[in-house]
Amino acid sequence: MSSHAHTMDHADAHGHDDHGHDHSHDHHEQSFWTKYIFSTDHKMISKQFLITAIFMGIVAMMLSIFFRLQLAWPGQSFSMLEYFLGKKWAPNGVLDPNMYLALVTIHGTIMVFFVLTGGLSGTFSNLLIPLQIGARDMASGFLNMLSFWFFAVSSVIMFYSMFIETGPASAGWTIYPPLSALEEAMPGSGLGMTLWLVSMTLFVAGSLLGSINYIVTVLNLRTKGMTMTRLPLTIWAFFVTAILGVLSFPVLFAAVLLLIFDRSFGTSFYLSDIFISGQAMEQTGGSPVLFQHLFWFLGHPEVYIVLLPALGITSEVISTMSRKPIFGYRAMIGSILAIGFLSFIVWGHHMFITGMNPFLGSVFVFTTLLIAIPSAVKAFNYITTLWKGNLKFSPAMLFAIGLVSTFVTGGVTGIILADSALDINVHDTYFVVAHFHIVMGASAIFGMFCGVYHWFPRMFGRMMNNKLGYAHFWITFIAVYGVFFPMHFIGLTGVPRRYYSNEAFALFDNLQSINILITVFAIIGALAQGLFLFNFFYSMYRGKKSIQNPWESNTLEWTAPVEHLHGNWPGELPTVYRWPYDYSKPGKDVDFVPQTVPLSPGEEEH
Amino acid sequence: MISLLTYVAIILGIVAIARLVKVYELSATLKGGDTEEAVSDSDTKFNARLMLPFLIAFFGFCIYLVYSYKDNLLPESASEHGVEIDTLFNFNLIIIGIVFVAVNILLFYFAFKYYSRKGLKATYFAHSTKLEMIWTIVPALFLAVIIIYGLAVWNKITSPVDANKAVVMELFAEQFKWTARYGGSDNVLGESNYKLTADMNPLAIDTTDKHAWDDKIVNGEFHIPVNKVVLMYFRSKDVIHSAYMPHFRAQMNCVPGMKTEFHFTPTITTAQMREKTKNPDFDYVLLCNKICGATHWNMQMKIVVDSEVDYKKWLAEQKTFKEKSMAQSNAETKVALN
Repeated sequence: MSSHAHTMDHADAHGHDDHGHDHSHDHHEQSFWTKYIFSTDHKMISKQFLITAIFMGIVAMMLSIFFRLQLAWPGQSFSMLEYFLGKKWAPNGVLDPNMYLALVTIHGTIMVFFVLTGGLSGTFSNLLIPLQIGARDMASGFLNMLSFWFFAVSSVIMFYSMFIETGPASAGWTIYPPLSALEEAMPGSGLGMTLWLVSMTLFVAGSLLGSINYIVTVLNLRTKGMTMTRLPLTIWAFFVTAILGVLSFPVLFAAVLLLIFDRSFGTSFYLSDIFISGQAMEQTGGSPVLFQHLFWFLGHPEVYIVLLPALGITSEVISTMSRKPIFGYRAMIGSILAIGFLSFIVWGHHMFITGMNPFLGSVFVFTTLLIAIPSAVKAFNYITTLWKGNLKFSPAMLFAIGLVSTFVTGGVTGIILADSALDINVHDTYFVVAHFHIVMGASAIFGMFCGVYHWFPRMFGRMMNNKLGYAHFWITFIAVYGVFFPMHFIGLTGVPRRYYSNEAFALFDNLQSINILITVFAIIGALAQGLFLFNFFYSMYRGKKSIQNPWESNTLEWTAPVEHLHGNWPGELPTVYRWPYDYSKPGKDVDFVPQTVPLSPGEEEH
Repeated sequence: MISLLTYVAIILGIVAIARLVKVYELSATLKGGDTEEAVSDSDTKFNARLMLPFLIAFFGFCIYLVYSYKDNLLPESASEHGVEIDTLFNFNLIIIGIVFVAVNILLFYFAFKYYSRKGLKATYFAHSTKLEMIWTIVPALFLAVIIIYGLAVWNKITSPVDANKAVVMELFAEQFKWTARYGGSDNVLGESNYKLTADMNPLAIDTTDKHAWDDKIVNGEFHIPVNKVVLMYFRSKDVIHSAYMPHFRAQMNCVPGMKTEFHFTPTITTAQMREKTKNPDFDYVLLCNKICGATHWNMQMKIVVDSEVDYKKWLAEQKTFKEKSMAQSNAETKVALN
């Protein structure tokens, strides 16, 4: 630790001229504990985030299969459910309604926070920020280590909460009080909710430590020549994501803290005039709607905290694998900034029908629909980047294309939902479920897969198997649309989300076959992830050894040696002379010009 | 035993795949197919060829879904504002439908067309202010139309209504049932205070408020007259619920500690809708659309839209709050005397 911190300080102080000293530390013997567990090396921390997120992702995916079984074949017995959930929550293999709500709640929580926030940002911000800006490590390796360990502990608590007697939190991932505040309202709002709140508190702490580190690193540790307008779009995306996190996660923390007070100390921030279990509660004067304002003040930027890194990764991969510069680099930065800014003033679109003043609703309609403009710019820029390219379909490239498709397909239905008048009828129905799973869930997960396939050689020094990657992509892609596209129709039939069964309404009688179709696609999609898991762990140890720059990419991470070094580059840090997207530049013999190559005489920078 | 065998089979399966992959990789190297290239041209071509079939299958799937589920979608709107919502929806759907189809076609077509092969070189095309202006301004114009049209409808729906001309009623939500209350002969709902909640007064109505005495409380189903504005207030006893009436395109949350409201004008009676849908069992429903606990999925109430005459007749048959309370307290006195 201390020797490392010393190294870093030294490297910072002396910038580019300091190497010998730095280098000597690379051979410093590390124990198992400092290398793999309490590592302060950004590359190792990135792997820790990734593996934790993969574990949590498998859990969340299994939960989704459990509740999909119930939705397709309501009331039927599945020995698998009893095997995993036990006699209490699946008596005779039939899912308990409270457990159903617990499953959807924890599925959502894990996917949104642990996989797509912690996993996606944690993995790729950590891996790529120092490597792509030409830094030896994060600004603070120690904070970075803490950030992972807060994340890890919060993951363990969230996972553990599924095994307690009263079941995990069940009030939906948005945990609206009073439902989440009152143990009497549902069993999951007892200890399960307490654990959820504790877990999220730690999660927020970890996320903030990470984000602050990312911001400081991007601002201060860029190597010589790496101006802000020469940064790869990945870094721009991670940078803005981190800013969004720093500004919005504390608000979630506040919301969670006040909820803890209401639950445990008798305050009434969110509670008012409640009569439950034969008792009139003392609390009065609070407002459940206040919680929603606070929650969505995080919740909406959170959507972009999840999406922006995926879009950044996609920009990088599409450009590299099309052998073309990303189209409209500055417009891409502009749209990232615009999306980031707008994401803070749209939260009310989750609350059109909460009784919020309709005029306030109108304002949120306006701001929300504005987001479509930078989003459209991004989509069109991706497509123009493909146009007249020389596309090489690595699995990462396929996932990037998949992302553009889901981003558009899911994005356009957002226009319906943002229109308050239309939202009256589709609010909280499966139409919403379809929308956000396609635009946020699938897109972000595709971005994550894209990143894993693309930077696996950088992480592990070996290549993943392409063939398995192709199979993984195509099956997953088909399954994603197979699962979520039909949900639009279920929503337009008026089926509310979080319904344990649709059998109570004659109105929904004809939907059983479509629900079976969805579940079959979901199972196929889940099984396809086995291909990925196998490929991932197999390639980690047995995959083909990677060369230094397998994708013939321009960015700095590929100028570092395959073997991981503490400090990333032996000797001097690379100097940057150009933007990262000089692919197929006229007048060059090869179709890529790394950022470290000086401009030739008379050559113009893009 | 069976589970043990399953585990063994899974482990053996994984090992077998691992060996197969290794064998495959070795043979590929021996054949010389495994070049230094990270992505081989044949793999690229293979994937490029899948792009258009995927696109066609995807659109085919969409068309199949529209075709096979169009009859299951909500029937025509049974409220005045609902018709406008549906028109607005269709208008937006056409715009986003065009974008969805066009963008996906471009995406997959380009992915198919420009796959890497010998002799192909990418065009260096880094930016074009003109193009970028086009796809900033054109979406902005479309969005302006969408916003203006949408807000016009929204303002109309949410603009206040004269309570004197409306049927004033209340939907009261609790885990896991609905209760409806009408303003009665004065068409004014009596005040309430949650601390008054009791077995005899489940809606916590303030018995000292004279407006409450003629209120009518109904369970199981409630009736509303056709072609008359219904002004609904919403309350909740315990957690947040949401009163969702999909056939009327109406929804509003029921929030403890708050009184929310929504109003609409039903246009089609239950009897007419039964004819239109050719379904003699058709009924309008009120369902809960905000997660509220274990039986959230079955928190419902039947709605009947009557002609004005039938509605008045039905309402006259319902007891007032005062009558009900007195009958109840009489019954209890009897029990106590016995």
